[in-house]
Amino acid sequence: MSRYTLDCRRLLCPMPVIRVQDRVAELQPGDELEAICTDPGALNDIPAWCRINGHRVLEAGERDGEYVVRLRVGGET
Amino acid sequence: MQRKAVALVSGGLDSMLAVRVIQEQGIHVEGINFFTGFCVEGHTHAIRKRDRKKPKRNNALWVAEQLGIKLHIIDIVEEYKEVVFNPKYGYGAHLNPCLDCKIFMVRKAKEWMESHGFDFIITGEVVGQRPKSQRKDTLPVVQRDSGIGDLLLRPLCAKNLPPTLPEREGWVDREKLYDFSGRTRKPQMALARRFGIEDYAQPAGGCCFLTDEQYSVKLADLWRARGAKQYEMDDIMLLKVGRHIRPAPHFKLIVSREEGEGRFLQGYRGRYPSLKTVSHAGPLALIDGEVNDEELALAARIVARYSQGKSASEVELEFRDTQGDTRLLKVAPLPPHELNPEWML
Ligand code: SF4
Repeated sequence: MSRYTLDCRRLLCPMPVIRVQDRVAELQPGDELEAICTDPGALNDIPAWCRINGHRVLEAGERDGEYVVRLRVGGET
Repeated sequence: MQRKAVALVSGGLDSMLAVRVIQEQGIHVEGINFFTGFCVEGHTHAIRKRDRKKPKRNNALWVAEQLGIKLHIIDIVEEYKEVVFNPKYGYGAHLNPCLDCKIFMVRKAKEWMESHGFDFIITGEVVGQRPKSQRKDTLPVVQRDSGIGDLLLRPLCAKNLPPTLPEREGWVDREKLYDFSGRTRKPQMALARRFGIEDYAQPAGGCCFLTDEQYSVKLADLWRARGAKQYEMDDIMLLKVGRHIRPAPHFKLIVSREEGEGRFLQGYRGRYPSLKTVSHAGPLALIDGEVNDEELALAARIVARYSQGKSASEVELEFRDTQGDTRLLKVAPLPPHELNPEWML
């Protein structure tokens, strides 16, 4: 299992979701990805995307004025 | 063998119903959603403070979750420019190239379908629903020009159209498809009730900003000022924000209307010179175009007019260039009668 971060700062929705989606497609099941965003909409959109595509949200919240979503890549991508 | 369909999911009710109808027939459905840059999404919510109270969600994702399908969001910002600049079939009421847009999206969906081993495409289109892109004579144009042919099924109005391959091959039962037509929304609402769908987005007019008159005026103005049809992502985002005021052909001001917009515009101060009132509370304004000292003074007077010092005899502003160097300007706010209405975009 590996951990990755993805800089989605200054992107407006749905761009953060698209970036996460494209990054996840390159990762292995079990990998963790942390997306750092500045559009608060990402806190809704990325978890919604994870739920429908079978990935687990480990954390979604505000950190130092930014919005962070951490997920674990699910079995099928 | 279970057949697989890819659905164009916009986030509205029609595509939601189309998916349900096909799911009911035992077909595996996944959704595809295209991001053109003009989509009416959460942007303005993220920017404007007063809009934040409204529930903010990405409708396409929300719809996919309700339907229990996967959704693939595809960034087509770059390729889509050609559709906006040179639509073969022209624009609708504003700068919306709906028919070309549909053809383009179906063509992209076809590529996706082929590379992911799916069998056909479904959309929520209804004959006669929209003036240009969903007419009886234009629906076949989408099939022809996109190259999808009869692998495009429109479950809500299929019975008004010739049978497609999925119907002829018996992958789906034509008898269980629908014959909706025209602008009425009643049959869709009745079907929604039957499926127990109560909450759905009601798009007014269209799914993107290009159907918005104000927005199209600003985009046309941008093209005129640049001397060519062109835009970057930043440009089309900025058209959604603030008051746009063009006192002369070669420069315009983007003036924030409230705090959230001011904060958003701040992020662009490295790209555009800016003005901010300092003696009074007031907006942040970006200057798009080259200005001389006289024009800068006029710009400052306009910005001062939107500050709390609008009735003061003098307002002080800070001018900041793209390198971050600043200088102070003192001006008299422009009186309302000197603000030419034609400057307002
Ligand atoms: S409203 Fe916009 S997104 Fe929808 S079909 Fe027309 S141009 Fe395309």
